[in-house]
Amino acid sequence: MELSEAQVKAAVPLKAEVNDLNFYYGKVQALKSINMPIAEKQVTALIGPSGCGKSTFLRCFNRMHDLYPNNRYEGEIVLHPDNTNIISRKVDPMEVRMRISMVFQKPNPFPKSIYENVAYGLRVRGMRNKRDLDAKVEEALRGAALWNEVKDRLKDMAFNLSGGQQQRLCIARALAIDPELVLFDEPTSALDPIATASIEELVTELKEKVTILIVTHNMQQAARVSVYTAYMYIGNLIEFGDTTSVFTNPKRKETEDYITGRFG
Amino acid sequence: MQEQKDIKRLRALIKRLKFNDYVFSLVGLICMMVAVVTLLGLFTDLLIDGMARLNYDFFTSFPSRRAAQAGILSAWVGSVLVLSVTAFVAVPMGVAAAIYLEEYAPKNLLTAIIEINVSNLAGVPSIIYGLLALGLFVYQLDLGQSILTAGLTLALLILPIVIVATRESLRTIPREIREAAYALGATRWQVISDHVIPYSKGGILTGVIIGMARAIGETAPIITIGALTFIAFLPPIPFTGDPGEPAVGMFDWLFSPFTVLPIQMFNWTSRPEAAFLINAAATGVVIIVMTLAMNALAIYLRYKIRKNIKW
Repeated sequence: MELSEAQVKAAVPLKAEVNDLNFYYGKVQALKSINMPIAEKQVTALIGPSGCGKSTFLRCFNRMHDLYPNNRYEGEIVLHPDNTNIISRKVDPMEVRMRISMVFQKPNPFPKSIYENVAYGLRVRGMRNKRDLDAKVEEALRGAALWNEVKDRLKDMAFNLSGGQQQRLCIARALAIDPELVLFDEPTSALDPIATASIEELVTELKEKVTILIVTHNMQQAARVSVYTAYMYIGNLIEFGDTTSVFTNPKRKETEDYITGRFG
Repeated sequence: MQEQKDIKRLRALIKRLKFNDYVFSLVGLICMMVAVVTLLGLFTDLLIDGMARLNYDFFTSFPSRRAAQAGILSAWVGSVLVLSVTAFVAVPMGVAAAIYLEEYAPKNLLTAIIEINVSNLAGVPSIIYGLLALGLFVYQLDLGQSILTAGLTLALLILPIVIVATRESLRTIPREIREAAYALGATRWQVISDHVIPYSKGGILTGVIIGMARAIGETAPIITIGALTFIAFLPPIPFTGDPGEPAVGMFDWLFSPFTVLPIQMFNWTSRPEAAFLINAAATGVVIIVMTLAMNALAIYLRYKIRKNIKW
């Protein structure tokens, strides 16, 4: 584990580094001393059984925990290239969320039009110019492979789209703000296999442009889309390495037990 | 042989259970009928009594000593104006208070106590509000026995209803939708103004209209603050007036004496002449129809707005 982490750190440019991260829901410690690199313009997958803390970990990256009382972070998540510790109290969560966007487990479009859903992140930033907005919305929808399906009905309500389309709309919404890092929290768990395949394909394409951190309960999915994989168990990061070696040659017994389906 | 007996026992049991079922449905039906039939009967009775007076003149005439010429012009104008003041005050205040309690207030003991008391306020007898208003608005603030005083009093009265309805409505917005907005970097106010308020508009409107429907029938607090029962003039219309005299100010009507529909009705029922009872019945019909119309509007608006919101 030490070795592969060090290897990744040395070999590839990093987008972020997690250093000794602890997280507490009130008095309950949910994440225990996590260290992990996140390679730039790659897909890093977080796997592990339910309740292992992978979603909690993901939600640290855009300070979602700040929305609820009594949550506490310790340690650092350093975002490159400016080396900002995004979980520091001194850093405003709005700033973090403007740089790092998120796609949620269940498609959660706003009850607004398709256009307004994608444009919302830009409006939050004060963008008002219609032509700029139009261009950005189109670019984001193309990026999420949704443009051809919706270009003639941008004013339609978003909830009239199918589940898979809604999730791609949420991806477009997350891409429109030109994020540096996109977080995916089990983005396909509410979708059928065909929609799942299209989202996975999209994630693989997106890494050309943006760094991706994806939580998944589906190990085949992690194997298909990611370059690096982290296995978590009860708040601990058990193993981190490149996806192929984690899946074919895990160094830790716990990882092997999980990926061979002995539990979880 | 054994099996035969078992089946017979089973059938007897089912018969008994079905009988219980039948008894309850009958009791429920009777209870429901008592409520509905009484109300319907009351309304029909009012309608039959008042029908004769429900014509155009009734709405355009001032009250009079002669029952056949008396009308509810000053009363319905008074009701409409008082309710406008009520809405103007209670809606922004109630919605803002609810948003503060739901979105901003720290979740601690003090907030919990305030929350419980807001709900309790909705149950305080309305005459208490009348007494409060008499002391505060009429004597302390010297607003007089005016439309403004009545409007503010009724605003206080329906404030808890608006707050409770707004909060209920805010709570139906799923956490995921709020998180989606926050995740794009929105501030709390952006989330509230772009999402929370627009999505809970239907529920807020319903609460407001139901509150107004209650206010329209309130009599006790309005009598307490000293509304007159016989008003044969209308509040001054802004920017009008006799030539040579200064024109009426824009807000002079707020300080005008007034009467409202339920007080007019109450006044007529206390008259000894039977002819006035017909007027009272007609006024009752008007109040009930206005209340029902407002409730119907609330249902329609909620349906219409909910249609555009799905999660």
